[in-house]
Amino acid sequence: MAIELKLYELKDYRADIHSDWCPGCGDFGILAAIQQALHRLQIPPHRVAVCSGIGCSGKTPHYIRAYGFHTLHGRVLPFATGLKLANHDLTVIAVGGDGDGYGIGAGYFINAGRRNVDLTYIVFNNEVYGLTKGQAAPTLPRGGRTKSMPEENVQQAINPIALAIGAGYTFVARGFALDVKYLADLIARAIAHRGSAFIDVLQTCPTYNDIHTKEWFLGLDRPGRQSRLYRLEETGFDPVVKNPDDAEEVRAKQLAAIARSYEWGDRIPIGVFYQIELPTFEDRLRAKGILGEVPLAQAEPFNRDVTDLIEALR
Amino acid sequence: MAPAVRDINWLIGGPQGGGINVAAETFARALTHGGYRVYAYIEYHSNIMGKHSYYRVRISDADRRSALSRVHVLVSLDEETLVGDTHHEFPAHRGHVHEVVPGGAVVYDSRVGFNPDRDDLRLYPVPYADLLELVLKEFGREAERNRFRVVQNVIAVAASAAVLDFDLKALTDVILEGFKGRRAEAASINVRAAEVAYEYIKTHFADDFPYRVTTLARRNGRRPLLIRGVQAAAIAKIKAGLGFQTYYPISPATDENVYLEAQQRRYGFVVVQTEDEVSAINMAVGAAHAGVRAATSTSGPGFTLMAEGIGFASMTEAPGPVVFLWQRGGPSTGLPTRQEQADLRFALQPAHGEFSHIVVAPGDVEEIVHDSYVAFNWAERYQLPVIVLLDKHLAAAYVTLDDLDLERLPPADRGFYYTPDGQPEAAYLRYAFTETGISPRTVPGTEGGIFWTTSDEHDPRGHITEGAENRIKMVAKRMRKLEVAAREIPRDVKLKVYGPSDADYTVVGWGSTKGAILDAMDELSAEGLSINFVQVRLMRPFPAAELREILGRAKNLILVEENYTGQLGGLIAEQTGILIPSRILKWDGRPFTQEELVDGLRKVIAGGPATVTVSHLQA
Repeated sequence: MAIELKLYELKDYRADIHSDWCPGCGDFGILAAIQQALHRLQIPPHRVAVCSGIGCSGKTPHYIRAYGFHTLHGRVLPFATGLKLANHDLTVIAVGGDGDGYGIGAGYFINAGRRNVDLTYIVFNNEVYGLTKGQAAPTLPRGGRTKSMPEENVQQAINPIALAIGAGYTFVARGFALDVKYLADLIARAIAHRGSAFIDVLQTCPTYNDIHTKEWFLGLDRPGRQSRLYRLEETGFDPVVKNPDDAEEVRAKQLAAIARSYEWGDRIPIGVFYQIELPTFEDRLRAKGILGEVPLAQAEPFNRDVTDLIEALR
Repeated sequence: MAPAVRDINWLIGGPQGGGINVAAETFARALTHGGYRVYAYIEYHSNIMGKHSYYRVRISDADRRSALSRVHVLVSLDEETLVGDTHHEFPAHRGHVHEVVPGGAVVYDSRVGFNPDRDDLRLYPVPYADLLELVLKEFGREAERNRFRVVQNVIAVAASAAVLDFDLKALTDVILEGFKGRRAEAASINVRAAEVAYEYIKTHFADDFPYRVTTLARRNGRRPLLIRGVQAAAIAKIKAGLGFQTYYPISPATDENVYLEAQQRRYGFVVVQTEDEVSAINMAVGAAHAGVRAATSTSGPGFTLMAEGIGFASMTEAPGPVVFLWQRGGPSTGLPTRQEQADLRFALQPAHGEFSHIVVAPGDVEEIVHDSYVAFNWAERYQLPVIVLLDKHLAAAYVTLDDLDLERLPPADRGFYYTPDGQPEAAYLRYAFTETGISPRTVPGTEGGIFWTTSDEHDPRGHITEGAENRIKMVAKRMRKLEVAAREIPRDVKLKVYGPSDADYTVVGWGSTKGAILDAMDELSAEGLSINFVQVRLMRPFPAAELREILGRAKNLILVEENYTGQLGGLIAEQTGILIPSRILKWDGRPFTQEELVDGLRKVIAGGPATVTVSHLQA
């Protein structure tokens, strides 16, 4: 039997400062799941960059012992993309809230999918803007009204899973913040996936979201107290494209995933909706001879010879 | 004998998309091969096809840096070039015939019914289509006359070269060089067309045009460079070690980006076309934090979207990016393809709050090379974003240079790096308080160098804090870096004085107006006027003390800017307490020509109004 050698302990992924999230916040579960996934994969902390947007979720990098970049509202994906392309040896994880990713950052969410840079994007989806005290986020259903809202939500909710598949993400999953072990599995798979991996994490906000609460997700209000969440793989759902060149298979898998993504209410799927192996943005640049094996950040291209460029102007 | 004309202005006009760029640039290059120095500049519409565009090539035996209003040879590819669009309710222009000097030439398509309202012109009607047909017959390609329609441009250019008695072979050599690879078969048709047109002029018209550009001996015997600002910036960036460039397509920055895209494979850097300028700046900031020399290029509308990203880069003390801001006419979409210097104030305060960044405004190709290159050193040394403030005039104007002086550029300076050397991780403070305000940096991937950073106010480890004591020190630390930069940046990079140190009149300006100012100064000095020029180049940190000393002892100050409000004048007043009493301003979207500026200066010197406004319509 092989001996499992663990160089890094779980505590090696914990920063030595305390979080300021509300007690019972779903963020704790997601933070723990990220740390567990990094630990499981044994990625050296100094080779990890965790980037975030703005909001409660934006504080996540501060609590992880890894290079931490707490950027701007909605801009985490462009930042993470620049970081990864500058040093493709890094494991890059981007995190942000649903308002951050699907509202102010929606354009970047879509366009990151087009590139398929090898990074993992985790969205903390609690349907509200927590840090500004509970306004509706792009995932709050129309007609919904949380306790801090003076009026019902007049805007429609988006479907992040269907959008991600349409945008071109090559790994699309949904997790639940309070099922930490399962979420850690999903995150580990997402990090191991080559390409842009996206995980929408259903997350409770005990302070502001009194509609989709922990009790609601777990079905504690239902006869028989049956959880509303189910795992896709338990129903025999197969999200993995076997032959990426088979256009029919690709379309069938995408349509099946999108169909499942519209399930809501009494049966809400979590797990991997879609996965395909396609050339990453880095692969595409390598194929063109633009990007080499040595990361750009380790090259020393100073004082390049530009004589030919000048001579061509004569 | 030809009259003693030092400068000849050749202008070609035609519909956008009709190939006037190639026609003008081919002729300009041929002229440099023929020993002349040229300044060439295009005016065009934000339009793909059909609207009027024109290209001026100023031909001289001395280095010239601005356009002339008066035209010696007008080459017209269509009727609109001659008479304008005066049939419109609100005409955009009235053509170029009125700009031609008495005795000047007009080369035009003989099929156009041209009846000029003046009789002092030398008219050269040329049957463009018939000559083309003749050439195509020789090659048996008459059936493809539509495909070869653009060869009429060559016919027009060669006809004008014949009028000027310019060496035909110098022209056809450049035409040949322009058709390489899969386009080589078209070369002989173009060369033949040039020969036929040249011959047509020589046989049908008297060979006595007074302005002539017979071949001169080249300086140093070498072909000089014909270079414009977008090329200079791109080459300097490659030289500096650019690793990562982002952009969203926008005039007039796109040409720089496309140039870089074409070179990325050879030099091993990456250019990413992003979904917008917000993405462009943030991607570049990410790359800068990761340890590459990162840049982005844009114009005013895109720069507006970059605002928060620049504040973010400064707040997190990213070692860059370098932002290339090619100004155009604003506000909003404004004049997308035209000139203006109206973003100085914006470049100085591109984001909310108080933060440190550097703004440098080169005034010509040589300064673009220098400033673009050293901007990367500043970004890494002071760990802040740097803005290189340029404009459409610098982007598009071709100038003649013997060489680019790259030898005097300083070596790459990557700034203050932290080396862990086995020290405990907790010992490393990415935002340590230091005397200079500059903290030691690492890049992700460095063992023992883990740090955090945030757009929130943060402590020396990079974690969020709202503590007042930290806030006081951290703001001062970030701002202190500018004082260090002000001490370290050489004086001649901050400002330059041209002409006598003591003069009756002192012109103050910045950026691309430098060319017209120097040319106007040459003209007025030759007439005996005592005049000099103070060019302000470093806008932040602003050289207030140096300027106060120079401007304080000047006799008569005259501000020259291409905007409505006199933005540099306001900045000088704010920073030095010196109010410049006379201003020459222009905001019609076109750079000053030499004559326009000379006229403006004459008005000021004659005791004209405090603000003289100039427009090309007055020409």
